[in-house]
Amino acid sequence: MTLSLEHFLTVAMLLFSVGLIISLSKRNAIGILMGVELMLNAVNLALITFARFGESEMSISGHAFVAFVITVAAAEAAVALALVISVYRTRGTIEVDQLSLLRF
Amino acid sequence: MFPLLVTDHWYDLRDLANLYRVILEGLDHILPTGLVYVITALLGFIAFFVIFVLPSQLYVGVYGERRLIGRMQARQGPNRVGPLGLLQPIADALKLLQKEALTPRSADRTIMWIAPILFVAPAILIFAVIPFGPRMVFADIPVSLMYFLAISSLPVIASFMAGWSSNNKYSLFGAMRIVAMSISYEVPLVLGLLSVAVLSGTMSLQGMVIWQQDIPTWMILIQPIAFAVYFIGVSAELNRTPADIAEAESEIVAGYLTEYSGMRWGLFYGMDIAYALGASAFAATVFFGGWSLFGLEQWIPPWLIFILKTYLFYFLFIWTRATLPRLRIDQLMSFSWKFLLPVALFNLLIVAVERLIWTSNDLPDAIVWAFGGVNIILMVGIVFVWSKVFKYDPKNRPTKPRLVNESGGYRPVDLGEGGSAS
Amino acid sequence: MTGFGVSVAFWVLSVLTLASAGGVMASRNLIHAVLFLIVVFLGVSGFFVLLSADFLAMAQVIIYVGAISVLILFAIVLTPRAERDNSETVMVLPAIFLGISLMAIMLFVLYDANWSVTATEPSLSAAVLGSSLLSVWVLPFELASVLLTAALVGSIMLVRSPSDEEGDLA
Repeated sequence: MTLSLEHFLTVAMLLFSVGLIISLSKRNAIGILMGVELMLNAVNLALITFARFGESEMSISGHAFVAFVITVAAAEAAVALALVISVYRTRGTIEVDQLSLLRF
Repeated sequence: MFPLLVTDHWYDLRDLANLYRVILEGLDHILPTGLVYVITALLGFIAFFVIFVLPSQLYVGVYGERRLIGRMQARQGPNRVGPLGLLQPIADALKLLQKEALTPRSADRTIMWIAPILFVAPAILIFAVIPFGPRMVFADIPVSLMYFLAISSLPVIASFMAGWSSNNKYSLFGAMRIVAMSISYEVPLVLGLLSVAVLSGTMSLQGMVIWQQDIPTWMILIQPIAFAVYFIGVSAELNRTPADIAEAESEIVAGYLTEYSGMRWGLFYGMDIAYALGASAFAATVFFGGWSLFGLEQWIPPWLIFILKTYLFYFLFIWTRATLPRLRIDQLMSFSWKFLLPVALFNLLIVAVERLIWTSNDLPDAIVWAFGGVNIILMVGIVFVWSKVFKYDPKNRPTKPRLVNESGGYRPVDLGEGGSAS
Repeated sequence: MTGFGVSVAFWVLSVLTLASAGGVMASRNLIHAVLFLIVVFLGVSGFFVLLSADFLAMAQVIIYVGAISVLILFAIVLTPRAERDNSETVMVLPAIFLGISLMAIMLFVLYDANWSVTATEPSLSAAVLGSSLLSVWVLPFELASVLLTAALVGSIMLVRSPSDEEGDLA
């Protein structure tokens, strides 16, 4: 069978929706971060697919974009986990249910 | 520079790829397409891992290492089992196979079972990209250097899983130490290998060997700093003395391997040696010239040259293990971040400047020997200057042990309020 | 992209990646979820290799598996009294509904659109990426280095204990 754009993009979209469900529904802050990383990976996969299959005279810009997304994801994971540890030290818990100060 | 006289006949053993190709072409006529893939993979695995890696692991890794360390420490190594102790590795393997593999009741059984498997896979995968001869490489990918770096970050996860799943305080200490040390030493390792890639202009290992063959040279003579950074970085990644704080036998029982017994521990130990052999093969390719030897590879089989260079590098590992004491974890981490990283960065800067001079002025290839001389002088200079900055003064360190009465008698340890010495 | 090996690789990788993504969502132990996440990262790296992005595949393994997963595992170890059962909040059903509807919309758009696909394979090697990063995309490149420095300094500042900070001021 011939693999084309739709196959890879379907996988990317399924990964993105699973990442979205995880980041919207987990109680642990680290679980939410894992969902965000899944979403970023799905986006990277979609970008590389378009760089490979799309018509452009500078297809390499898809790869450059992915390099920057990976960099930003690493920086964001570092800061997010530092925040999680800091919140744990002041409040003793990292469950987002119990970290809500704004009550309606 | 020298034309290769190796021929295409199947009996020309100087290039074993001929034999492989003839077998595969013969099979291609008989079997359907999918099955040839499977046979290729099986042949590759058997012909390579069982014939080269496993005997090297047993006879150079276990027997050779213990014998050489014994002789360096003025004692005999293993010499009881079999003539000259040559059956020692087989005896070890048989002992481990018949031991009971205990699992603690409160340990995480699934992860404990998966961790050795995840440790074995990278040790075997490294050998997929290493060129044994001009046409003897399994996967000639254009980014083999980064493949090696990617594979070397997988055993970190496996060791952490092993330490975590044992549900044991000392195992967790060992796991945390390994992870912290491995990620600290990965950064100078990447920078050292990056400078090698900059100078040779390619990231594929076969390309590097051909680069070293065209200008007949060895990369270690041109970039000694990169070699030193690689050697120290890879010793730390492999958890070999002087950086084996993670499985320090006298400190935290056996670190992350405490709860492993029987063949599971045997897998960790064996694959430690196989991974060290893989790192040695990588260093032999990148720094020692791979399968080329200034033109002699037309008569001596290239794979034999390569295997001897691998064993030469592995001897360096054995030598430092027998000689140097073990360093503490804080000494190791400060050495990596404060000394190796700036030195590797400075080396990258120098190499980038040299490469720019070389390519933009279109100089002849023999200029790399001049670069090599400059690099050696710079290495001596950098190490001295940075050690002074780092306040390491050899005159202040005692070289002979001093008696207690000479250094002021016993001093009681200052206990804090909690009553425990910190 | 035709070929027997390519098809087998694609189907094996997609089953592995999607099953592990489901494992991240459904596993009842946080460490198991992190290990499934590592498998997802390795699967995505395999996809990159299929799509001729070999440099980024290796970079993905080095950065995601080698550094970010280790960071997540460290954060789990350094928060010992937190709940590690990977449970969901009360909003789990609306979240699943939202995810499924987004997936349905995106799949509809994907299969309905008329993608203009190139016939020739573009040049996507590491050398081209390197030269484009230093010529066309040099400004984001430098900004990325500033971002990484800021993240490094910021995360160290966030986790310093008060005794460390007093040691600084003294």
